[in-house]
Amino acid sequence: MFGTTGLFDELQRIQREMEAVLGATPWANGIRSSASSFPSVNVGTTAEAVDVYFFAPGVDPTSLDISIQNNVLNVAGERRIIREEGASYYRKERFDGEFRRTFSLPEDIDPERVDASYKDGVLHVRLQRKESSKPRQIKVS
Amino acid sequence: MTERTELAEKPATEIQPAAKQDEPVLRPAVDIFEDEGGITLHADMPGVSRDHLNVKVEGDILTIEGDAEISMPEGMEPLYADVRATHYRRSFTLSSEMDTEKVEASLKHGVLTLRIPKREEHKPKKIEVQVG
Repeated sequence: MFGTTGLFDELQRIQREMEAVLGATPWANGIRSSASSFPSVNVGTTAEAVDVYFFAPGVDPTSLDISIQNNVLNVAGERRIIREEGASYYRKERFDGEFRRTFSLPEDIDPERVDASYKDGVLHVRLQRKESSKPRQIKVS
Repeated sequence: MTERTELAEKPATEIQPAAKQDEPVLRPAVDIFEDEGGITLHADMPGVSRDHLNVKVEGDILTIEGDAEISMPEGMEPLYADVRATHYRRSFTLSSEMDTEKVEASLKHGVLTLRIPKREEHKPKKIEVQVG
């Protein structure tokens, strides 16, 4: 999930840098991808489940709206930064406002078996795969 | 490890920053504002718990550091990753009127809040204009 930078990582990095400079890249974006990178998302898979991690610090977990429709995971929420009145601001880098991130899921996700937890600002959504698609050991008798 | 051994080991870690810099480092997004009493800093450090947070002042350099601990099942294969490192670090230079002895830090939902007060003698004093 973290770690080694391969060819595709490098391409993504170049794309991000080009977007930052030019505003857009010559190739097509995912139709559901958004310009805002809040919250950052990591996705990992195992034989049993798909684990999606949203890096969403400072969010009230009860205000998060998590849904699955047509195999698309959708997480929406809001982070309102309360500005101190009368203070002079030097930096305002942190995301402020509404956010939405979507992720296309593999076909074999069971939408009835999804857990979500929020810890230290990371929302972890675990989506179990359907029983039938899990690898099964076949014994030779 | 006791506090004492950690202090004793500190000089050793300072001699080898070159190797550490090769690790990818996340630069936390920050908001910083100043009011009459001091400076407040908020930093986004998702995945960092109190035990893995390190805030230090050396000379006039304030450094915030932390490691994100994300529980992942064994044998997980990455499918997509915006975040490609687990170590956060960012430094700021402070000015002499900041009271580094009285820095307060708190951490909630992955957001670090630091309050760095100004020394008493540097707090602005209202000067009354006498109207004669």
